[in-house]
Amino acid sequence: MNWPWVLDHLGYFGDLLLEHLSMAVPPVLYGLLIALPLGVACARWPRLYGVVLAATSALYALPSLALFIFMLDFTGLTITTVIAPLTVYTLSVLVRNVVDGLRGVPESVRQSAVAMGFGAVRRLLQIELPIALPVVIAGLRVATVSNISLVSVGALIGFGGLGKLFTDGLQRAFLTPILVGIVLTVVLALVADTLLVLTQRLLTPWSRR
Amino acid sequence: MRIFSVAWHWFGQPEQWTGSDGIPNRLLEHLYYTSLSLLIAAAVAIPLGLLIGHTNRGGFLVVNLSNAARALPTAGVLVLVVTLSGIGLLPVIVALVVLAIPSILVNTYAGVRQVPRETVDAARGMGMRGGQVLWQVETPLAMPLIMTGLRTAAIQIVSTATVAAYVGLGGLGRYIFDGLARRDYPALVGGAVIVVGLALGTEGAFVAVRSLIAKRTQGE
Amino acid sequence: MVRNMRGAVLTLLALFALAACGGNTDNPVDNSGKPADNGTVIVGSANFTENVLLAEIYAAALEAKGVKVERKLNIGSREVIYKQLESGGLSVLPEYNGALLSYLDKTNAAATTAEVNTALKGKLPAAVELLDSAKAEDKDSVTVTKETATKYNLKSIADLGPVAKDLVIGGPPEFKTRRQGIVGLKEVYGLEFKDFRSLDVAGPVTVSALKKGDIQAANLFSTDPALEVNDFVALDDPKALFGAQNVTPIVNKAVGEKARTVLNSIAPKLDTATLTQLMRKVSVDKQDPDKVAKEWLKSVGLA
Repeated sequence: MNWPWVLDHLGYFGDLLLEHLSMAVPPVLYGLLIALPLGVACARWPRLYGVVLAATSALYALPSLALFIFMLDFTGLTITTVIAPLTVYTLSVLVRNVVDGLRGVPESVRQSAVAMGFGAVRRLLQIELPIALPVVIAGLRVATVSNISLVSVGALIGFGGLGKLFTDGLQRAFLTPILVGIVLTVVLALVADTLLVLTQRLLTPWSRR
Repeated sequence: MRIFSVAWHWFGQPEQWTGSDGIPNRLLEHLYYTSLSLLIAAAVAIPLGLLIGHTNRGGFLVVNLSNAARALPTAGVLVLVVTLSGIGLLPVIVALVVLAIPSILVNTYAGVRQVPRETVDAARGMGMRGGQVLWQVETPLAMPLIMTGLRTAAIQIVSTATVAAYVGLGGLGRYIFDGLARRDYPALVGGAVIVVGLALGTEGAFVAVRSLIAKRTQGE
Repeated sequence: MVRNMRGAVLTLLALFALAACGGNTDNPVDNSGKPADNGTVIVGSANFTENVLLAEIYAAALEAKGVKVERKLNIGSREVIYKQLESGGLSVLPEYNGALLSYLDKTNAAATTAEVNTALKGKLPAAVELLDSAKAEDKDSVTVTKETATKYNLKSIADLGPVAKDLVIGGPPEFKTRRQGIVGLKEVYGLEFKDFRSLDVAGPVTVSALKKGDIQAANLFSTDPALEVNDFVALDDPKALFGAQNVTPIVNKAVGEKARTVLNSIAPKLDTATLTQLMRKVSVDKQDPDKVAKEWLKSVGLA
C-alpha cells in the first residue's frame, strides 16, 4: 500500500466518487419512476405481470458490458451510455418488489379503506403504497448496492467513476489504486444502504417499535 | 434487423463450432468457471450458514458482513488478485466465489432460523442430539431457502463469469470483450445471447430440481 | 414458469431486433455527433497506458495555451474510438500513423513515415485531419522470452517460420483481426500460429501470460519498459509489416487553428527515447500520467 500516493490523490478520489454517484443514482430514480406505475398496473392485471416478469428476467441476465457497448452507438461517450442499462436492471428488480408489496396489503385493510369511502387513487396513494413501502425499499437497497458495483464495469469503455482505479491499477500493475477503489466502492454502497434504511424509518414511523 | 440476421449468420459459420474460440469450447470453459465457483462457494457457505443458524451465534455479524460483501465490486476483486498473483484461473474463481457466498450464506442461515422453535424442541424432546437435530430436522426444513440462495448465486455467477475474459481467460465473455475490441457486433450479440440463454437455462434447472424435491417430499 | 421462459426468450429476440439499429455501422441514430461547442477540445485515448500518457500531454499543452479541454481517456481500441472522432464525440486522439493507415487501408504497404503520411492523407475521411508526426515511434512487436529466443534461435519474425505452428501467440483481441497482427503475419511472413489468445493491450496481463508460459509469443509495444525489465526479446521486423509508427495527433475538423498549432508544436520535441523514458515514469515508477506530461512539457518549454 503506497500511502503517499493515497494522500496525494484525495481530491482525485473525491472527483471519482462524484462521478460514480452521477452514474449510480439516476438509474435508481428513473427505475423507481418507471417501476411504480408499472408495478401498480402489474398488481392489477396478472397477465401483464407475466409478460413483464419474463421480460425483466431476460434483461437482468444480460451482461452489463454487452449493454454498455450497445448503448455506445445510440448515446456515444455520454454518461447515458451507463445510466440507461443500469435503469433497466433497477427496473427489473423493483417491479417485482412493487408488486409483492402491493399484494401484501391485507384484504381487510383494503376493504376498510373502501368502506371509509376512499377512491381507487386515494386508496393507492394513502393506504396501499405506504404499506408496500418497506418491500419497495428493500428492492431499492438491492438495486442501489448492485448499481454502485456495476458502474465500475463502465470503466471498460472509459467511464466508471471508481472503476477507473481498477483499470488503471490493472494496466500499470499498481495495487494501491485497486485497493482504494474496492474500499471506496464498499463504503459508498454501505452509506447509500444506510441512507435508504433511515429513509424507510422516516417514511414509515408506524413500523418503529 | 440487419445485425440480428448477421448474428444469426454468425451462429451458422462453421468456424464458430470448432477450435479454442468455438462456441463448444467457450461454453465448456464458462460452465467450468461457473460450476467450480458455485461448488466452492456452496462448500464454504452452506456448512457455515447451517452452523451459525443452529447455534444462533454470530448471526448478526454474518448478515452484516454478507451485506458488506455484496457491495464488493467483482471487477475490483478480480484485478486485485490478478495484480497480486498474475493471470490464471485463481483470480476468476476468487472473484466469483466472493460474489456467490453472501446469497448462499444468508439464505442458509435464514432457512435454519425460520424453523419453528417448537419443532426443534419436539425433536430434542424425542431425544435427538444437536447434530441429529441439525441434520435430520433443520437442514431439510431449510432446504427451500438454501435452494433459493444457490439459484440466485448461480445466475449471478453465470452472468458475471464473462469478466474472466477481461483478464485474458476464456468463457463466453471472450465474445463480448473481443467483439468490443474488434467492433465485431455479430460476435458480441451472439455471445450475449448465449449468456442469457445459459442464465435462463440455469433458472429452469433450479425450478425443475425444486419441483422434483417437492414431489419426493410429498410422496413420503 | 414455462410460459415465463418462453416470454423471456421472445423478449430477448425483440431486444436484439432493437439493438439492430444500434449495431448498424451506418449509425443512423448517433446523437453524439455534435462537435463540442464553445471551443472545448475533447481529448480521447485508447485503453493502454502510453496512449493515456500521450493524451495527457496533448491536453496539458492545450490547457497551457488557454484552450479549454475535456478528457475522455482510456476508452477502448481504435475500432471503438476512431468512430467517435469521426462523429465529433471526440476531437483529438493520439495515434500511430502506420497502425492507423493499416486500419483504414488493409492492403497498403507503405513503410516510411513520409509514405505512410501521404497515403493516410488520401484515406482519411473529410471529418478527420492528420497533424504533424513526432519522431517518436512506438511499434507493435512480436516479442518472446529470452529462453524461447535462445531455444529456437530467434532474431527476427521470419525465424518463426518453422516453429510458429507449435507456439501460442497472445495480444489484444483486435490483434487477431488486424493486418498489423495475425492477418499480416500470415500474409507477409507466412506464419500460422498454433493458437491466438486474447489478452490486454500490451499490458501486465500479456506480460504475465508470456512470463508464465501460457503464451510463447506476445504482441507488446517497443516503448514498453516491461521488455527491458523482463529481459524479453522483441523480434526484428525485416519485411516492415509494422512499418513506421510515429506518434501523430489526429483531430476532428471542427478543432480550431490555435489548438492545431499547439498540438503541432509538440511533434518536434518528442522522440522515441523521450517517450520510453516518460513511459518508465508512469508504468514502473507509478507516477501519474498527467503529472509526467506537465513536467515534460515544462522541461521543453511548452508549458
